[in-house]
Amino acid sequence: MRQRVWRFLLTYGFWVFMTALTLIPIWWMFVVSMRSRVELFSRPNLAISRFFVENYTNVLTDSTFQRYMTNSIVVSTCNAALVMALALLATYALSRYKLAGRDNIFFWLITNRMAPPAAFLLPLFIMFTRSFRIGDWTLFDTQLGLILLYCVFNLPFAIWLLKGVVDGIPIELDDAAMIDGAGLAGVLRHVVIPLAAPGLAVTGILSWVFAWNEYLFAANLTSVEARTITTGLAEFVTVTGTNWGELAAMSMITLIPSAIIVIVAQRYIVMGLTFGAVKE
Amino acid sequence: MRNNSRIGWLLLSPTLLILIVFGFLPFLYVLFVGFNEWNIFAAEEGLRFSGLDNYRRLVFDDDFTTSVQLTLKFATFAIASEVVLGFLLAQMLTRKFPGKSLFRIIHTFPLMVAPIAVGAIWRLLVIPGFGPVPFFLDRWFDIKYQIGSFPEQALLTSIIMDVWHWTPFVTLTMLAGLSAIPREPVEQAKVDGANRLQVFWYVTLPFLRPVLLTTVFIRIMDAIRTVDEVWMLAGGGPGTRFTGIYIWRVVFPRTDYGYGSSISLITLYLTVVLCWLLFIAISGRRKGEVE
Repeated sequence: MRQRVWRFLLTYGFWVFMTALTLIPIWWMFVVSMRSRVELFSRPNLAISRFFVENYTNVLTDSTFQRYMTNSIVVSTCNAALVMALALLATYALSRYKLAGRDNIFFWLITNRMAPPAAFLLPLFIMFTRSFRIGDWTLFDTQLGLILLYCVFNLPFAIWLLKGVVDGIPIELDDAAMIDGAGLAGVLRHVVIPLAAPGLAVTGILSWVFAWNEYLFAANLTSVEARTITTGLAEFVTVTGTNWGELAAMSMITLIPSAIIVIVAQRYIVMGLTFGAVKE
Repeated sequence: MRNNSRIGWLLLSPTLLILIVFGFLPFLYVLFVGFNEWNIFAAEEGLRFSGLDNYRRLVFDDDFTTSVQLTLKFATFAIASEVVLGFLLAQMLTRKFPGKSLFRIIHTFPLMVAPIAVGAIWRLLVIPGFGPVPFFLDRWFDIKYQIGSFPEQALLTSIIMDVWHWTPFVTLTMLAGLSAIPREPVEQAKVDGANRLQVFWYVTLPFLRPVLLTTVFIRIMDAIRTVDEVWMLAGGGPGTRFTGIYIWRVVFPRTDYGYGSSISLITLYLTVVLCWLLFIAISGRRKGEVE
């Protein structure tokens, strides 16, 4: 009995401690977002004495911020949809067809994720500003540019995740559907998509989060029109002085989708993050 | 397995097209520019072929070698801590206790936070003036803590930040790996009189090896690429000038395109070699098991 009590206390003590370690940094940011400039520079205090919401209202009513927010939502959503569609087709091809150099293609796909992103800024910057040009229109500073670019990072990961899922669908099911007269589109729609749905959902969610979170490319390949929320965050830190309260408020707003996704789709994320790893 | 490879390639083509245009062409371009002298502020405009000069320069560039050392130090310490901590947490999560899923949800949260926001969170914690960390360290332990002045503290802070951000990932993969281990070998080992450590070393660890390697593989790739959060945390100050940040500095503020390209290429090469070795280790093992 005594051992049991100790074990109980130890387990919960440990987890409460870990939870505190996870949450205190975020809590502190919330505290900062609730303080005015004057209050901030007094003695650090982890408690909130009054709610100073001006930081939030300032940020939310700012038209620049609203534009950043819209851009982030549009870019992330379109990117996730595109990645899901393309990755499904590609994975199906890699899984079902005899293609020369299949394993090498697979590894090459993954190497796209290894590159130090800073290295590719220069060629991409030149491509975006000069190579893709139709009259006055360039890919630079457009939502489309970011949507296509993020595919480079999301597609390899998505294919890696989906590979295990599609490999797990018996090819006999495809054959059966084909005997029943279904074409390739029919097989995809009636066999592969329903069976791979959880995997697809995870792929979509993780791609969405990646696009929402990306900073370096968004910061250097956009200027005014297509800036996203993460670049907006970094813009707060200036040489002349940073408005820490508003920075914190905006960061808190950036966290909201992540929080919702973690709470709602936790189970699927766990599945998704581990497909590639544990498909034995 | 179908032989009609034309349809296969057709299905693969949009993916390949995007990856070639936005992934491979830039790579070729970096390769090409790396053999040239190209600086916007130089007297001569445009590219000038310079052979291997950039690569020669790179070997003697203290800033570069220091940045590689720092990056490796950062990656090693961060990943080692994450693996140990992540494994312990996963082990604890295999037990059943009330409230487990709540703890797990909270523990997973940092994983989904934008790196730039992670940087902001930690900057707010350690900022001199109103950050609680320097304040309490000074008051309770009499430690002067200022990441702008002490490179070691800056490095340590970025490692802790990375551990905060990425340990959940290791926990989740390890948890999946642990729950995929069949029961019988563990029971058998216990029956044979193995103690906990022996069970772990001879049964659990071999089963976990593929998962462990994959996890480390992903973490190495990401740790070497780290830019956003460390940039937001320390603004590229001493102690956190990692290779990714150094490349950005050479390419953008200094506009030394040729040199920046050669550094990028070497970094990419090092990462690919490291990961290729791991990949062989994983897939070799898998083939052995199937046959």
